[in-house]
Amino acid sequence: MHELSIALSIVELAAEEAERRGAVRIDAVHLRLGDMSGVVKESLLFSYDLACEGTPLEGSSLVIEEVPVMVYCPACGVETNPPSIKSLCCPVCETPTTQVTRGKEIEVVALEIET
Amino acid sequence: MNTQPRLVEVRRKVMNQNDLLARALRERFREAGVYVVSLVSSPGSGKTTFLERSLTALRPLCRVAAIVGDLATDNDAARLARSQVPVRQITTGAVCHLDAAMIEGALAGWDLDGLDILFIENVGNLVCPSSYDLGEDLRMALISVTEGEDKPLKYPTIFNSADVAVITKVDLAEAAEFDASAANKNIQSVRPGMPVLRVSAKTGEGMDELLRFLASRVAEFALRLQSDF
Repeated sequence: MHELSIALSIVELAAEEAERRGAVRIDAVHLRLGDMSGVVKESLLFSYDLACEGTPLEGSSLVIEEVPVMVYCPACGVETNPPSIKSLCCPVCETPTTQVTRGKEIEVVALEIET
Repeated sequence: MNTQPRLVEVRRKVMNQNDLLARALRERFREAGVYVVSLVSSPGSGKTTFLERSLTALRPLCRVAAIVGDLATDNDAARLARSQVPVRQITTGAVCHLDAAMIEGALAGWDLDGLDILFIENVGNLVCPSSYDLGEDLRMALISVTEGEDKPLKYPTIFNSADVAVITKVDLAEAAEFDASAANKNIQSVRPGMPVLRVSAKTGEGMDELLRFLASRVAEFALRLQSDF
């Protein structure tokens, strides 16, 4: 349950960015969350409300865009979706691959603010 | 005053602070020539016994030390102190993982130049530690034969983040009806190509191979350091 620490970091980071832009209100934080980030979406949403209490983000919502895992298949030379994160291989030729190109990110991409 | 809602692009990595600190730690370890190995596993997989055995075996060969993380007790540090190497404890309180800042704090006043290998034992947890880079060179994921062969499939993220898997308590493999080939298949499925070692810290089985593995990784590390200068 490290989602609370992650939520606190998101709140801190978003508050800083909002202040820099002269926001008087923050309505939402948009987050990209990789399927292999090690973060559980539901726990993060729950923790987010707690983390916002008493901060300029209180009452704001967290909008999560889940990012599927992508791997590079060295045999086919393409970026592709593996069958699952439990099976990191090319879905076409089944070559195993460790080159994860997407799906590990935890990134704040946008803020909905009022200025 | 009327306020205007708008959407502004930000693009900031949430783990950036930890990642930057971990990078600085890695640089500091490299400058001091210390090879850093972190251990992750579920609670009760035998990390501390494994570490105690490893530290005792390594002590005559090189300068070795350990940092151990635990939620509430310093029992592990007390056990590891028996191996007569420097051990520092991080008590995380309610926090379920170690992060780079905790490692930095634990290093205070430590002469890293006097070390060759530093072990970091994470809090027993197969979920949270996967997100936190600690500046280590090698992440070792431990899985005991009593836990079941499908552990890697249940926790793919942490196994994917590891560099080597160590199957512990192999002296109990038969009693636990542990299927080694299924375990290996599952590990390879979540982290293709990952080396898998098998040890019993109790009987010493597999420890020689483990030490050889570590020695070769440390030698590669030393070569990389040399070629950088």
